[in-house]
Amino acid sequence: MLNYILSRLLTFIPTFIGVTLISFSFIRALPGDPIVVMAGERGLSDERYAELSAQFGFDRPIYIQFWEYLTGVLQGDLGTSFVTKRPVWDEFFALFPATLELSTCAMIFAVVLGLPAGVIAAVNRGKFFDRALMSTALVGYSMPIFWWALLLIIVFSGNLGWTPVSGRISLMYYFPDATGFMLIDSLASGQKGAFSSAVQHLLLPTIVLGTIPLAVIARQTRSAMLEVLGEDYIRTARAKGMSPGRINGVHALRNAMIPVITVIGLSVGTLLAGAILTETIFSWPGIGKWMVDSIFRRDYPVVQGGLLLIAVMVMVVNLTVDMLYGVINPKIRKR
Amino acid sequence: MDDALSAEAEMVHERPGRLREFWFYFRENRGAVIGLWIFAVFAFLAIFGPWVAPHSATEQFRSDTLVPPVWQDGGSWKYILGTDPLGRDMLSRLIVGARFSFFVGIVVVTVAATGGILVGLIAGFAPRWLDSIIMRVMDIILAFPSLLLALVLVAVLGPSLTNAMIAIAIVLQPHYVRLTRASVLSERQKDYVTSARVAGAGYFRLMFVTVLPNCLAPIIVQAALSFSTAILDAAALGFLGMGAQPPTPEWGTMLAEAREFILRAWWVVTFPGIAILVTVLAINLMGDGLRDALDPKLKRS
Repeated sequence: MLNYILSRLLTFIPTFIGVTLISFSFIRALPGDPIVVMAGERGLSDERYAELSAQFGFDRPIYIQFWEYLTGVLQGDLGTSFVTKRPVWDEFFALFPATLELSTCAMIFAVVLGLPAGVIAAVNRGKFFDRALMSTALVGYSMPIFWWALLLIIVFSGNLGWTPVSGRISLMYYFPDATGFMLIDSLASGQKGAFSSAVQHLLLPTIVLGTIPLAVIARQTRSAMLEVLGEDYIRTARAKGMSPGRINGVHALRNAMIPVITVIGLSVGTLLAGAILTETIFSWPGIGKWMVDSIFRRDYPVVQGGLLLIAVMVMVVNLTVDMLYGVINPKIRKR
Repeated sequence: MDDALSAEAEMVHERPGRLREFWFYFRENRGAVIGLWIFAVFAFLAIFGPWVAPHSATEQFRSDTLVPPVWQDGGSWKYILGTDPLGRDMLSRLIVGARFSFFVGIVVVTVAATGGILVGLIAGFAPRWLDSIIMRVMDIILAFPSLLLALVLVAVLGPSLTNAMIAIAIVLQPHYVRLTRASVLSERQKDYVTSARVAGAGYFRLMFVTVLPNCLAPIIVQAALSFSTAILDAAALGFLGMGAQPPTPEWGTMLAEAREFILRAWWVVTFPGIAILVTVLAINLMGDGLRDALDPKLKRS
């Protein structure tokens, strides 16, 4: 087991260096000189240019620049935003709770609806429920979520007026963000209506972001359940006269969960990609919107640092899933 | 004609051909056949769009801006699905727009699959160290969320449909590499490969003639699935302003242009989305059918 964990950790190191190298090269490959872009309309003198160039280390050989960036990253220094002049690291962690809150809610939404849907479909294989649920899941899986968001806005914000269109909470409420999670903060503030405002703001983005994971989980649960339901031990349980509810809910579902958990873990990347679109549409102040805005503003250190942090996050989650999988299923460790 | 008939009569006694066998299983999945039909319409519109469309996709009828669809008050048969804020006919733009999505799908899948299969074959046959390097590089690409990586790549290359296609192809390619390598590794162990090698087949022949045809089934399924991913991602990039640029009637770009009219004119937002959804859904239906027809494990169940 220890060997397995160590070997997985060892493959993490070259991937990490590679990810750093890629995010580092983007800033050099982007069109336009970053210093000229930073100076903006006013332009700048040659001396000032040389000065800034030295300050950012652009005058040194590229491999030294990379080495310094890498060592900086390992010490938690990701550079400073051109636009806000704040460290990238601070910006990331100021905005990260918003994305985490949204993604968590989306994932809960997906699991709570997706698991039962998959189980019901598998148990009713080939019947009406199965077909209806799986057709819906396929539609969800094929959904262009940016359009889905607009559609929900038209119906629920435009026609029905139930939900707000953008932001995390109504401007009427103000309280210090203690945790950065709007649901917790608004509840803790004790202001009347603050929590329900936060929930209303969260509702549509959650549905939009959760749609594709929901469809994937439902499909995956169904196929995993079908596979398990064909096993001998299920037949034995049936022969013993165990109730179908217990067979499906306990004996089958528990074993079907292994691939489902993998899918849930691996959809972190999907969630982050979805967050880019969802947050842009709903003006949700999280990592996705921050990245898109920074790309448009040509805020290179932010793009570079954000790319790296997001990639490392995806890698850490995937690694954890891999290891958990090794813990659950001893067969994997042997390879 | 007679020849064809007698050939068919002979087939009854022989083992059915691969294509026939495939069609036999594919046909059983009704959804897949519906998907195939929709895809055929989509492909037809992609090729003949400008000749089928009632109006030009870029012609602006200045006096008829934001005309609602025909079944709503104020709609007219001249513009069946209404017009956009610039007075362009929605239906014509959607029809002409089919070719951009189709083109994106074809190009991305071809580039990603060709590159991915080649690299995957090399990784599968290469010595251990080269294999490790290739797979680590693929891990690195896969560590970035695909849309984000595509977005940054397009920012580097400059926003256009061509660059969006390049970016999406790069992002999708690792999936083919992994898939091909995995099949190659399991096929390589088999006796027929050993006997081919004993018979003196070189690496080139082993890779492309002996092993590759036996690895194709999952790759074909992956191709169908990434066709739809490519369309979705290209539309998303267009929506974010990093794909096709206006006035190109690409569906995602149309949605981006329509965003400000979302609460005033539902049709400019709704129809391009439906076009994307229906196309992607049809391709995914086909992909499911392909998987069922090509995966021998599922065939008998």
